[in-house]
Amino acid sequence: MRTYTMILLAAGITFSLRALPFVIFSGQRTMPAWLERLGQTLPSAIMAVLVVYSLQDTVDGGSAATAGLIAALATALLHKWRHSTFLSIVGGTGLYMALLRLL
Amino acid sequence: MAFKTAFQKSLPIFFSYLFVGLAYGLMMNEAGYAWYTALFTSFTVYTGAFQFVLITFLSGGASYLTVALTALLMNSRQTFYSLTFLEDFKAMGRRKLYMIHTMSDETYAVNCSLDREDPARKDTMFLVALLSRIYWMGASAIGAALGQVLPFDLTGIDFCMTALFITILVDQWEKQKEHFEPIAGGVVGVLCLLLFGKQTFILPALLFVSGLILLYGQLHQTEREGNA
Repeated sequence: MRTYTMILLAAGITFSLRALPFVIFSGQRTMPAWLERLGQTLPSAIMAVLVVYSLQDTVDGGSAATAGLIAALATALLHKWRHSTFLSIVGGTGLYMALLRLL
Repeated sequence: MAFKTAFQKSLPIFFSYLFVGLAYGLMMNEAGYAWYTALFTSFTVYTGAFQFVLITFLSGGASYLTVALTALLMNSRQTFYSLTFLEDFKAMGRRKLYMIHTMSDETYAVNCSLDREDPARKDTMFLVALLSRIYWMGASAIGAALGQVLPFDLTGIDFCMTALFITILVDQWEKQKEHFEPIAGGVVGVLCLLLFGKQTFILPALLFVSGLILLYGQLHQTEREGNA
């Protein structure tokens, strides 16, 4: 039950964000400059926090931490090199799964 | 032929959603959720990156506050996408709500690329939204069902979330001239992780970094005005 109420909460907030401009900017009003700037600068800061979040188990140490850090670095390099989301995710995840079993 | 244009325009989305959706479904299965829960989430929430974070929140027992505020901060970019199509969606009558709900990073990019002079442009936009949502929902349900029947050990498949975030970050990084924001995000993230510990650190980290970016933007602006 808790699972579904949480999913619906997330869905409600996401929909509200998408609908927000239709409620507040229905007239001719434009966005304040600081908000517009935040819209351009915030996403990459948030994504960096999320990378840390998805690698949080690293603080426990051990071979899984090593595997995670190596695979993360490899994913970044692979993506910088080929710019293929598909290749980067398959390559990075494949390497991580292999390292978990080998280290 | 709005459908032909829409289908052609949606093909890159098809491959992207098919793959990321499958990964999402597999990760939901790995976390112990059934295919219908994966389908339900893709049907109601319908955002890529956040749905991955939501899996860890659901299985890790995060609070409602964490779920709500993280959704708010991670998905706030959708507000800016809607803003671009304010006038278009308003003119779409009954399809307006559907267009608002289905706005994603990918459909935004495709909508921006459509010929503004094409009389069938709005029909194309609607069909791109419809097709993309079908791809995403289908792939996530299939992924979760597949995870159940695949005969091999999928431990470590959850790394596809990490890899997805890294690819997005690398793309954002390369578009920037300065990298204050991602560096601030990384530093604040690690500090908060060490300070607050796993799971609980995400909320303070997101709030701190948002405040920092806002402050930095204001100072930067004042500086530029001072120089002018």
